Amino acid sequence: MKTICFYFQIHQPFRLKRYRFFDIGADHYYYDDFINEQILQRIAANSFLPANQIIYDLIQSSEGKFRVAFSISGVALDQLEQHAPEVIESFRKLAKTGAVEFLSETYAHSLSSIVDEKEFKNQVTQHRKRIEVLFGQKPKTFRNTELIYSDDLGEMIYSMGYKTVIAEGAKAVLGWKSPNFVYHSALNPNLKLLLKNDKLSDDIAFRFSNYNWSEYPLVAEKFIDWIQKTPEKEQVINLFMNYETFGNLQPKESGIFEFLKALPKFAFEKGIGFSTPSEVSSLVKATGPISVPNPTSWTDEERDLSAWLGNDLQQEAFNKLYSVAERVRMSKDRRLHLDWNYLQTSDHFYYMSTKSFSDGGLYRYFSPYESPFEAFINYMNVLSDFMERVNAQFPSSVGNEELNSLLTTIQNQELKIADLEKELKKYKKESPTGNRQVAVKKGGAAKKGNKAK
Amino acid sequence: MRALMFGWEFPPHILGGLGTASYGLTKGMAMQEDMDLVFVIPKPHGDEDQSFVKIIGACNTPVVWRDVSWEHLESRFGSYMSPQDYYNMRDHIYADFRYLYTNDLGCIEFSGRYPDNLMEEINNYSICAGVIARTEQHDIIHSHDWLTYSAGIHAKNISGKPLVIHVHATDFDRSRGNVNPQVYGIEKNGMDHADHIICVSNLTRETVISKYHQDPRKVSAVHNAVEPVSKTIEEIQPERHTNQKIVTFLGRITMQKGPEYFVEAASRVLQKTSGVRFVMAGSGDMMEDMIKLVAKRGIADKFHFPGFLKGNQVYRMLKSSDVYVMPSVSEPFGISPLEAMQVGVPSIISKQSGCAEILNYAIKTDYWDIDAMADAIYSIITNPAMHEFLKIQGKNEVDEIKWEYAGKKVRAIYDRLLGIK
Repeated sequence: MKTICFYFQIHQPFRLKRYRFFDIGADHYYYDDFINEQILQRIAANSFLPANQIIYDLIQSSEGKFRVAFSISGVALDQLEQHAPEVIESFRKLAKTGAVEFLSETYAHSLSSIVDEKEFKNQVTQHRKRIEVLFGQKPKTFRNTELIYSDDLGEMIYSMGYKTVIAEGAKAVLGWKSPNFVYHSALNPNLKLLLKNDKLSDDIAFRFSNYNWSEYPLVAEKFIDWIQKTPEKEQVINLFMNYETFGNLQPKESGIFEFLKALPKFAFEKGIGFSTPSEVSSLVKATGPISVPNPTSWTDEERDLSAWLGNDLQQEAFNKLYSVAERVRMSKDRRLHLDWNYLQTSDHFYYMSTKSFSDGGLYRYFSPYESPFEAFINYMNVLSDFMERVNAQFPSSVGNEELNSLLTTIQNQELKIADLEKELKKYKKESPTGNRQVAVKKGGAAKKGNKAK
Repeated sequence: MRALMFGWEFPPHILGGLGTASYGLTKGMAMQEDMDLVFVIPKPHGDEDQSFVKIIGACNTPVVWRDVSWEHLESRFGSYMSPQDYYNMRDHIYADFRYLYTNDLGCIEFSGRYPDNLMEEINNYSICAGVIARTEQHDIIHSHDWLTYSAGIHAKNISGKPLVIHVHATDFDRSRGNVNPQVYGIEKNGMDHADHIICVSNLTRETVISKYHQDPRKVSAVHNAVEPVSKTIEEIQPERHTNQKIVTFLGRITMQKGPEYFVEAASRVLQKTSGVRFVMAGSGDMMEDMIKLVAKRGIADKFHFPGFLKGNQVYRMLKSSDVYVMPSVSEPFGISPLEAMQVGVPSIISKQSGCAEILNYAIKTDYWDIDAMADAIYSIITNPAMHEFLKIQGKNEVDEIKWEYAGKKVRAIYDRLLGIK
């Protein structure tokens, strides 16, 4: 039996406000609350809430046979909590149906996996805890920012206890192979890979309302027909897309919601089911290894990292940001950690891409800036202020290692004091009389001191 | 195809951007093998490059018949004009112009500049254009800027060939809206008679459509380009005696160029950073005001006025700069940032300049947005990555903006007017 594996991405960055260089050192709040709230509430009303309701109804009417997965970035959760808490509530409702899986990712929707393993693991743990608290699920499947994946990353992810990873079915990786199978990592046969079916996913996400597309209009019956006509052995159809596809990227008027509503009915008629990623992974055996030596992603024609780290400006900003990673982690300042998360969000680097000069459409659509240079200037101003704050915590003249050992000493001192106190208490309990003796002795010493004066 | 072009300036003796653009365009068009160009200017100096274009001086065009010997003409013209051309034109004098002051050859004298009796010179130029249009066979007429529109109309009336006028600037750009009615009249008349109007940017195109009430269908934009830098310019060494950063403004210090915004942006940058100096090169009617403003902001120790720069001094200044700023309030095209980028200087330009339409690797701000301008300056001088990126990518970009391509666009317009293809 064929099965459709839906996974929807939900992410919204904290867009930065216009931050001039003379604000450096004077203003430590970086975010454009107005625009963030406006965008989030619009998307919530147009997309998240109606789509959630439809999915909830479909799960109810199919008695749990319709199943989907969501990956919600930590920064998106933070923003939803602030500006549209009703969305979180409706996700909790979905979680209770038991037909919805929540995936694991980096809290900040960051590119940390490429550069800083420690940071990456920190963020995954942070996100994991958040999902557990909100939805009562322990995520079993991992999805990296923008589906970035490579063999080495796979190892890192496996070491954190995940057995399933979602990745891009890039042509460069798959070659002649079909994405409609479960594969495993070339380095580790226990790590299963679910690869995005590019064609069918993008038919919905990008081409659905395109009048120039030869298959327009796309209806559920035709779509399910295509799936049914895939070769018999191909069991899994991985449809991965941005959740905003429903109602925002493809507006309500395009009929996208009706398409979603009709999909399960036609699927069940043709004997096609729905599964979440972890179910697919536990039910379907891996057919073979897939080797991904260089990181791939689901963005642009190249399906690589060039959208975020393609030019010198992006690299500069990225390297400067992670140059203070170690120090931020040493700090205990909560506000600093919060900003650290929000500044790592990959979108900031996406806005700096100069690829928009040749194929601008999507970049311009998503970017709040008029040009990549403006994006860079603004981000670097904010980053300068942030780095000054980090350096204010610890003098920059002290090297990281030295600082670390100093901090360890300080921390150890605390431990030692705690140890000693414990010991002291133990003695107190053991001999209440001894305790008095100590006190007497102390008093005696004090008297002596007085006399000496 | 043969085009008869009317212009006012041609290098090496130029007074503004018009001459540079005329030269570049004709050179770019001459690359097309079947393109023949005749370029008329009021007064050639004799050292113009005639390898790709035939230059006729209005001051060498007879309007009154005089009996002159071949030898005398040869001694007068030297090698840049053949006496035969003179005789051909003398055969086409079409009216009695003896009431005009003419010299021994029967020619009217021109200053070739922008004299006080400009209107009179424009009129004389048209008279000569009548003779030239009768003499020189041509398929199309092309007039550069308002000074030559009347000549173009006159030529069109004679030969009946289509007239293309090339708008390098309008009086709205020069005067920030306070147009001179006489100039406006000439401009409007030229546009009304033109079969097609070529503007140097979409910005200018919009002005032509909305302020001169032209039919959008006959107005197109063909952006200017730049000549590749010559060897001598490439060899100029930058002069750096300090390791302080240098931010440069270069141009006429007039209302149109927005110098006050540059000063204000400089004062913001200097509040936050030391190790940077600002230079305002050029001269103009707002220079004194700018010196006063600099003093008022208390930044005179870091702000310099080297005056008007000539020839290679311009490139020496550019090459010594870290940032080039053009905050023009209204700029039909604006060639200078392209020249700065050619020698690897990152540029900040106002969105109100025509060149902003074709440049990607330059930072664009509104001319009035001094905060954004200051921010951009700060970013380039404090961020080596930004400087390097704009330097390399900017140069690559400008090297691809060639007159050859602009020439092809103009040619396509000719072809359309003549019903070819």
